[in-house]
Amino acid sequence: MTKASTENPTPPPPDVQESEAVSTRGAAALAEMPERISELGRETVGNIRSDNPFMVAEDVNVYYGDNHAIQHVSLEIGKKEVIALIGPSGCGKSTFLRCLNRMNDTIETARVTGNITLDGKDIYRKEQDPVALRARVGMVFQKPNPFPKSIYDNVAYGPRIHGLAGDRAELDNIVHTSLERAGLLKEVKDRMDEPGTSLSGGQQQRLCIARTIAVDPEVILMDEPCSALDPIATARIEDLMDELCEDYAIVIVTHSMQQAARVSKRVAYFHLGLLVEVDKTDTIFTNPQHKLTEDYITGRIG
Amino acid sequence: MQSATLILLLGFMATAAFFIGRGRSLALVGGPGHGLALHSLPGYYGYYVAIWVVLPALALLSAWVLLEPKLIVALVVNGLPEAYRNLPAGELNLLVNNIQNLAAGDVISVAADDMLQDAATLFNAYAAKSRQILAVLALGVAGLGGVHAWRLINPDLRARNRVEGVIRWFLIAASSIAIFTTIGIVLSVLFEAIRFFQKVPVTEFLFGLNWSPQTAIRADQVGSSGSFGAVPLFTGTMLITAIAMVVAVPVGLMTAIYLAEYSSARVRGVAKPLLEILAGIPTVVYGFFAALTVAPWVRQAGESAGIDVASESALAAGLVMGIMIIPLVSSLSDDAINAVPTAMRDGALGLGSTRSETMTKVILPAALPGIVGGILLAVSRAIGETMIVVMAAGLAANLTANPFEAVTTVTVQIVTLLVGDQEFDSAKTLAAFALGLMLFVVTLFLNVIGLSVVRKYREQYD
Amino acid sequence: MSAVKSTREKVEAGLPRRRRKERTFKLVGLLATTVGIVFLGVFFSTLIAEGSSAFKQTFLQLDIELSEDVLAPDGELDLAYADFDGLVRTALRAQLPEVSGRSDRRALYRIVSVGAAYQVRDLIAANPELLGTTQSMWVPAASNVDMLIKGNIDANLDETLRPVSDKQIGWVRALEEAGRLETRFNKALFSNGDSREPELAGIKGAVMGSLYMLLVTLVLAFPIGVAAAIYLEEFAPKNRWSDLIEVNINNLAAVPSIVFGLLGLAVFINWASLPRSAPVVGGLVLTLLTLPVIIIASRAAIKAVPPSIREAALGLGASQTQVVFHHVLPLAMPGMLTGAIIGMSRALGESAPLLMIGMVAFIVDVPARLTDPATALPVQIYLWADSPERAFAERTSAAIIVLLGFLLVMNLTAVILRKRMERKW
Repeated sequence: MTKASTENPTPPPPDVQESEAVSTRGAAALAEMPERISELGRETVGNIRSDNPFMVAEDVNVYYGDNHAIQHVSLEIGKKEVIALIGPSGCGKSTFLRCLNRMNDTIETARVTGNITLDGKDIYRKEQDPVALRARVGMVFQKPNPFPKSIYDNVAYGPRIHGLAGDRAELDNIVHTSLERAGLLKEVKDRMDEPGTSLSGGQQQRLCIARTIAVDPEVILMDEPCSALDPIATARIEDLMDELCEDYAIVIVTHSMQQAARVSKRVAYFHLGLLVEVDKTDTIFTNPQHKLTEDYITGRIG
Repeated sequence: MQSATLILLLGFMATAAFFIGRGRSLALVGGPGHGLALHSLPGYYGYYVAIWVVLPALALLSAWVLLEPKLIVALVVNGLPEAYRNLPAGELNLLVNNIQNLAAGDVISVAADDMLQDAATLFNAYAAKSRQILAVLALGVAGLGGVHAWRLINPDLRARNRVEGVIRWFLIAASSIAIFTTIGIVLSVLFEAIRFFQKVPVTEFLFGLNWSPQTAIRADQVGSSGSFGAVPLFTGTMLITAIAMVVAVPVGLMTAIYLAEYSSARVRGVAKPLLEILAGIPTVVYGFFAALTVAPWVRQAGESAGIDVASESALAAGLVMGIMIIPLVSSLSDDAINAVPTAMRDGALGLGSTRSETMTKVILPAALPGIVGGILLAVSRAIGETMIVVMAAGLAANLTANPFEAVTTVTVQIVTLLVGDQEFDSAKTLAAFALGLMLFVVTLFLNVIGLSVVRKYREQYD
Repeated sequence: MSAVKSTREKVEAGLPRRRRKERTFKLVGLLATTVGIVFLGVFFSTLIAEGSSAFKQTFLQLDIELSEDVLAPDGELDLAYADFDGLVRTALRAQLPEVSGRSDRRALYRIVSVGAAYQVRDLIAANPELLGTTQSMWVPAASNVDMLIKGNIDANLDETLRPVSDKQIGWVRALEEAGRLETRFNKALFSNGDSREPELAGIKGAVMGSLYMLLVTLVLAFPIGVAAAIYLEEFAPKNRWSDLIEVNINNLAAVPSIVFGLLGLAVFINWASLPRSAPVVGGLVLTLLTLPVIIIASRAAIKAVPPSIREAALGLGASQTQVVFHHVLPLAMPGMLTGAIIGMSRALGESAPLLMIGMVAFIVDVPARLTDPATALPVQIYLWADSPERAFAERTSAAIIVLLGFLLVMNLTAVILRKRMERKW
């Protein structure tokens, strides 16, 4: 992919996430601004480096069939760091997120090139089992998706399949700790046998987070975890993220700039499959380098 | 006049009526330029007159055709010598049959004496007369209807609403046929079954262990009553159904899983239509294959394994029936699996499940109600399947659970009892309807539950 | 960090076992998928291997002297009583003069089909002026000879175990060497009705019976089915009556077909006294059987028409009926036709209900009217499959090939229609 081709923008990637399917208005607005897109340099401005890099993506490209969804993205994610991926619908942020635990493998037409390492090891190397990778890089989805099982079984699911608990007591322990860390234990401790779907939306999302941390991952990917929740539930999840980042690296995709400002240390701005700008959160919001970033955070692109 | 000619003639009249009606409506308001003065488009006035021409005439025609045979028979019987008129109902029926066959020019079972010959002539005469009267009446009614409608036409006539009303009634009638079919099924099997149960006690039928419906030809012969214990039929049906399900459920389910989760789009694009072909093969063809190809294989395989296999074993019929049902199970399972939101699958994969763990621990439990509903429908299909078992399972009413033996099923017995010559009053014939009742009730039960489970399940994720 | 490490170790430890399970699961799925497809392959290959030979038939060439002395001894030719058989036999004897003795001659006569005499009769009937001439004719061989030539009877078997004797085989070989024996296209299979003689049996009667039934079914089921679908989708109020209809239709689609046969027997034949074995009754039963299929497919087709089109027409002041007949129906028609074809192909393959209404009789004549006794193609298959003669097994397979051919054409039409219908709104 050369620079010239960026002047010939590819259409947005296929709808990986529902939100991007719903709102195509942003993409349409973008199509009307060719001169702006031509300003887009291949080089990401700001600083893609992290002080204490844990996951490193280098020159990542994703293709869905003929569609070049992500172009030459390089980014470092630090240990115990919260990094927010922002950008208009269809900009590739969710696609990038799904590269980090190889969830793109489940899409038949998807093809990923470039390098992504976790703790120095290429996660796309041949011997890497995606199953083991996903145990280390957990994921929380946009819509709360508890399994149609009891609350207990939802949280115990990961430890069970990975064989993390030797006996029932150990499993109980993992489930309780995970629920507690997700701030849900108090609400559900007397109803562990009820189906996970009987909880409210916000509780369900926290259940999904508990389910993810029960596997004791090193990185948690969150794909717009609050977009389906009301403001109060959102606030609780954000608090939870503050606590979780003491132990985990968190990569969060969000549509809400306020949320990005509240929870993250660094922000990466994606636009039409390109990583336009990465920097400390304050820098991005107070002093963006790139015109597109500025337009986005001031609400001119949405 | 032939009915076909009559109907054709009515068609012509209706077409003419359409144009006359349309012309009349326009003429009333002063020509084609003034159509706006009419309540409806001129064409609707045409349809209105045409409907008046056709509907009453058709109603008369169908009533006539339904009543005519009985009326003519009554008239002919009336014309018979007194000795014949007072015959018992059964013999009279036979006589009338002979007369009718003779009248139609067919060969009859007894010598055609003068009396029969006369009656046949009379029969034909009445039939011809009846057709003449019908033709005159029908055309007359059609004409009168047309004139009536023609006189009703005026610019304020709400022709469109009237025509649409007729259409609406036609639509309602068409959709009610489903209900009448069900009622018809229930009544036809129920009445005959009740007559059967007057001859044979329900308890003997439901719990008797011996099935040999062959009644002797003469009433004074030993064992003339036959025995109607249907339990061997039920067990035979269940045995074959069970074998079919043992084949169809795992294979169908795993096929659906493989095609949904593992196969590439290209493989899926080839495999799915191929399986649809399997579903489209007529059952008689499966029966032929079961009887002539699979049964000998099973027999040989059994022999080489030292097992004695009957030439019409339950196993051969069940295996082939299982193959036939695979596409049904796999497509219903596929529906159920696809109805589980992708978020579930992503959630499980995101936690590091393998695909098989995702499938067996998350998706299948979630899809279980849909799959179970589908299996119930498949069981109902297997129980009601006829041709495969008629051709491959045999007639021996053995009470056994051994798949290598020959068994018979409910459907096989229905066919055996009703194919060929039959008197409609014998317990043997009526037994077929009692079996039909059982079959209908059981499959209805399975269908209602299966369909409602499947529907509820679909709604759950909608 | 030690806790993290131990988690990773536990995960890694379990991986080989889980990968094995995954592979097994996938393999089982692959095997299951192959089961159906392998069956299909075996099925079609045995069918074609068995049935393709039935499209050929063995014929013998005989020089038949249409002698006036035999056919019209009193100077008067009576087609019904003339001894055509004798002519054929004489010709056969002339061909193989070495055969002598009563029993041998009788065995010799059995290598030619009884159809040969009919063929001679038909020739004379059409051309009376040929009387007195000698005609060289190809006449059908008996089915056993046909089977022998096709290799379905093993000549190496002990004589008592096969239906043709050593002598007969010798005669057949002699005829073959004289160039008087040939296998040709089996026209009888397509132009004859059923027969007790395999070499004369054909499927024309059954095909015509099926055709008549499908005609009745199409004429009744398609308009009624479409009307019912229109009512349920466009007019029916959501109440108990329409719920009842809905449940009924779905159930009827799953009621065993033989039950429809019982309905036909009780209602159409016993109550309405319609003739037994008649295509019109078969058509009525199949109408009831296919209605649910057509209704369900038509409803789906109507549902696929976007509401915006209805709203647009209603907004212009069209009545509900006009909207349906001017806009919805034309757009839904391809889908409805597809449904009708699928329903028809189901009706064509159906045999169980036809057994109930007496369409299993042995009928030689090709039906000419809807009320003539007839059989249907699948029922013919059932009847032939039951016949013990080896030659009928071959014809059964051939009839199945023809039936599947019809079904294939119908389904391809449906697929093409569906493809053309797939329009994006």
